Amino acid sequence: MKTTLSWLREYVELPAGITASELDTALTNLGMEVESIVDQSATVLGDLVVGRVLTIEELTGFKKPIRFCTVDVGRDAPQEIVCGARNFAEGDLVVVILPGGELPGGFRIGARKTYGRNSNGMICSAAELGLSGDHSGIIVLPAGAPAPGTDARPVVGLDDVLIDVEITPDRGYEMSVRGIARELATYFAVGYTDPASGAAPGATADVPHPVVVEDTVGCDRFAARVVRGIDPSAQSPEWMQRRLIAAGIRAISLPVDITNYLMLEYGQPMHVFDLDRLRGGLVVRRAQPAEKLTTLDGVARELDAEDMVICDETGPISLAAVMGGETSEWQQGTVNVLLEAAHWDPVMVGRTARRHKLFSEAAKRWERGVDPQLPLVALQRAVEILTTHAGGTVDDRVLDIDHVVAPSPITLPASLPSRLIGLDYPADRVAELLARVGCQVTGEDELTVTPPSWRPDLLAPIDLVEEVARLGGYNDIPSVLPPAGSSNGLTPAQRQRRSIGRALAENGYVEVLSYPFVAPGTADALGLAANDPRRSAVRLTNPLSEEEPLLRTSLLAPLLGTLKRNLGRGRRDVALFETGTVFLPHLTATAPPALGVDRRPTDEEWAAANTIVPEQPWHLAVVLTGDLDPAGWWGDGRAAGWADAIEAARVAVAAAGIPASRVGVRAAEHAPWHPGRCAEILVDGNVIGHAGELHPSVLAAFDLPKRTSAAELDLDAIPAAPVIDAPRISTFPAALIDVALVLDRTVPAGDVHAALAEGAGELLESVALFDVYESEQLGEGKRSLAYKLTFRAPDRTLTSEETIAARDAAVALTASRFGATLRGA
Amino acid sequence: MSYRNDPYDPKQAALLAPEALEAAVADAEKAFAQAADLDALAALKPAHLGDRSPVSLARREIGSLPPAAKSDAGKRVNVARQAVQAAYDARHAELMADRAARVLVEERVDVTLPWSRRPRGARHPLTTLMEHMGDVFIGMGYDIVDGPQLELEWANFDALNIGPDNPVRGAMDTFYVDLPGLVMRTHTSPGQVRTMLNRQPPIYVVSPGRAYRTDELDATHSPVFHQIEGLVVDEGITMAHLRGTLDHFAKAMFGPDARTRWRPHYFPFTEPSAEFDVWFAQHRDGPRWVEWGGCGMVNPRVLTACGIDPARYSGFAFGMGVERTLMFRNGVSDMRDMVEGDVRFTTNFGMES
Repeated sequence: MKTTLSWLREYVELPAGITASELDTALTNLGMEVESIVDQSATVLGDLVVGRVLTIEELTGFKKPIRFCTVDVGRDAPQEIVCGARNFAEGDLVVVILPGGELPGGFRIGARKTYGRNSNGMICSAAELGLSGDHSGIIVLPAGAPAPGTDARPVVGLDDVLIDVEITPDRGYEMSVRGIARELATYFAVGYTDPASGAAPGATADVPHPVVVEDTVGCDRFAARVVRGIDPSAQSPEWMQRRLIAAGIRAISLPVDITNYLMLEYGQPMHVFDLDRLRGGLVVRRAQPAEKLTTLDGVARELDAEDMVICDETGPISLAAVMGGETSEWQQGTVNVLLEAAHWDPVMVGRTARRHKLFSEAAKRWERGVDPQLPLVALQRAVEILTTHAGGTVDDRVLDIDHVVAPSPITLPASLPSRLIGLDYPADRVAELLARVGCQVTGEDELTVTPPSWRPDLLAPIDLVEEVARLGGYNDIPSVLPPAGSSNGLTPAQRQRRSIGRALAENGYVEVLSYPFVAPGTADALGLAANDPRRSAVRLTNPLSEEEPLLRTSLLAPLLGTLKRNLGRGRRDVALFETGTVFLPHLTATAPPALGVDRRPTDEEWAAANTIVPEQPWHLAVVLTGDLDPAGWWGDGRAAGWADAIEAARVAVAAAGIPASRVGVRAAEHAPWHPGRCAEILVDGNVIGHAGELHPSVLAAFDLPKRTSAAELDLDAIPAAPVIDAPRISTFPAALIDVALVLDRTVPAGDVHAALAEGAGELLESVALFDVYESEQLGEGKRSLAYKLTFRAPDRTLTSEETIAARDAAVALTASRFGATLRGA
Repeated sequence: MSYRNDPYDPKQAALLAPEALEAAVADAEKAFAQAADLDALAALKPAHLGDRSPVSLARREIGSLPPAAKSDAGKRVNVARQAVQAAYDARHAELMADRAARVLVEERVDVTLPWSRRPRGARHPLTTLMEHMGDVFIGMGYDIVDGPQLELEWANFDALNIGPDNPVRGAMDTFYVDLPGLVMRTHTSPGQVRTMLNRQPPIYVVSPGRAYRTDELDATHSPVFHQIEGLVVDEGITMAHLRGTLDHFAKAMFGPDARTRWRPHYFPFTEPSAEFDVWFAQHRDGPRWVEWGGCGMVNPRVLTACGIDPARYSGFAFGMGVERTLMFRNGVSDMRDMVEGDVRFTTNFGMES
């Protein structure tokens, strides 16, 4: 909403010296978002004066016509000025900025030589002064303008303060000078005159034009006046044009300008019809399906059964409340006009505006709510202005079809504001503040509050509480901590996610937060099988990029994209991790039951609604390429590979508090991993994810370096961290024995490890693999695994016989289970 | 003292002469002092303390002395022997200390050499900032709750008094999916709706997390962003409590000078509603008010839709953008830096933001 200070001052007695900053504070504290407050008198610096053009000499031989002028600017000698505009004649009064001045945008004016002549200053256009976007020429002042040499700022309207505020959607009444002035009067506790308080004639038995309102829900008031014989060439007065321009609205014609002006001043959108172009009486009704109307913007629109239209005998002539039609609108030469001021259903207007993407100034106001008591006042004022400037005869008859329901009184316990705000508002203060916004208040402990017609937003006691708090001043509300809640601390899952994040970061991985949007081709690029559930993805119906409309079912695809971006920026060694949710739709998708808002959904309704919500488990993914351990002065680096990815998974599970004894790793074939270099990670025997080197064809599809490795775990599948039993620390010495076992190469080391641990029994403290060896001597397909076994008893020093017996038992189990033999035995 | 009447071999007995013993001690002291290192000292040891050293030979002579002279001579020899031994020990200790000191000098290293065999990674500053914020609220007695990001339209809109005609429900603002009745949550508030459906007051929760709006990515917007929102519902909760909570939170995050300033605003889910600024003294361009978030008293309609009696309970809610907070707190000038995943951005922050 754009307006000017001078306009507001007509209705609110603001302090004379109010500064832009004070105004800003007031508007902000009233709940308006101040976009800008511009003091125009400060936008043009230096001498800006009225000048009279004395002589014009046309200069030729240049690319464009140029004029060399002498201009009387009230000084001893005429000023010589070169000018490129042509819309003025000798004797015209113009606006001149003299050397030393500065135009908006920091454009300094000097005396200079141009086109071979001296130019001392500049003859200004409206645009150059920051007044409007009209570039058609320089300003030519009317003949009665002040004498040359006079300060031109007040003459052209450069003495006002432009105010641009954003109005919240609940406060339609602030979309007008009337509303903003009232708010400022309340804020500063100064006098206020309601611009809409003038008298207006009521409905007459006889109407100026036949009108039938068929749908009084969509249109609960329709009023009209008729004026005949206006001067079609009459121009809008200059003050009105200036205010329209300041409000960002183009001046069109006197009748149309009047409706726009009153919309700005009162907040009442109006419409002006050419009476002679109406065919018969008007009907206000819902559109019929597939009915068509060409609106003023030249667009042929197919109407919806919910749209309201104004029709004559030819059918719809106006898309009610939103935009007029081509066939009925005022046009050049119109002499007989019908002025309409109605009141429309805000919900209907909002839907119509969105449906037709017509967010007109009128629609913006209707949607927020317009005072239904304005039509007659607005019509009377419109008729007055119109006849003052264009003559004509006013039809005495007044049409007013009024179905407006008066605002219902609200019962407000006088103590409610204090109870909810935490600041004491005595009952009389509550009544006073509500009265200031126009409410009628009666009662003492229990107030009966009738909101004014312009406040359709005041419906419930809480709405009144907000007004009391707002006008009482938000910044007076004390700062008091509430009684403390009783927190349970972080949940086990929250603790695990934090620990995992820290552990991976400490192990060299950098966290990223990727968008969850993926391309449809991702599943193929990852090599997912046709029946892989990860192919079933939720699709955005309005994605930002048509190329990435799907929600991720795995963290890997977006993460690989982030990896690639880093590589593209010149990094070679990159290790990334991400924790985030994936989106796994259920196979059946029926609409959830409709849930109301007037009560809590029942448990059954709520459960039924939630069956459609896709599973969204937290996942962890890591990807890594290049060297994980970099080269340095200490020696060579070490390339990251499958083992690092698996270790990252182990680190994560360990960080989640799961003891290693409950974690399993075994070979698996799972896309998108290399079938020979992929492990599945298990906790308590349940697969929670995979890790290893990515499949070469996947790396090719994503254009990533060979051997790039990755892991992905379902963090929600990791059980809560157990309470760990404390170990018993034995102070007796350990007995260490090494064993080298010869086995088939296909026997997993992890299984051998487990068998040794199982076979060795309770005396075993630890098993550590320290060598993996293959050679021809061992035989085709064989390898040797060398382990260091540590034995210790809690209560004694082990004898060598006991130790060897335990070792033999361990080896024996590997022999029976895997055919292992002791190397060298 | 004269021994002239004693019947001994004067040639042998000469070794026991006080002058001879003093000379032996002096010789030893001098020799030891000149030993440059422990090896040299060891080489000198037999000559002065060995079996054939002057003091050892002198000791052997004692037996040939008359009994009356033995005691006296024995004492002399012992004194001399101890003096030589002491000279040896002193020099030995000196040389040991020298060697220890030299070893330390020789073992000196360049402690500035890097040893980043496995460079530390980093956590994303949005993550650590959200954790920091969450921890402050945990300390104030709140639980941290979350809900699905692909959420029921009812929980994201209707339950929060965002009616079917509210423009924010349009496809211009909200991501819809090919499943009916679901949206990408536009704020983390539906998580609070779920909390209210699942437990009765007192409720003290914050929900940090991801939210989605159809904004193109640019320097100040991202279609995917993070919020932290708080909800308190209890008996007797007032707007003053909201203010106290936000002021305390601001101080916990930004130091003792921080405080909030409120501007009336409109949100469907709260009434009265406010937007609030925070006084941020550490701003890189000087102390100033910075827009931080929105807040208000929970609209009674929201309580009703969530099964909480608004006649008995009242509540407040607030929310702020985590990206926005990181931008002014840490001087991030471009939203894209936070979403692109460039490791140089994240590594800069390390383990905390």
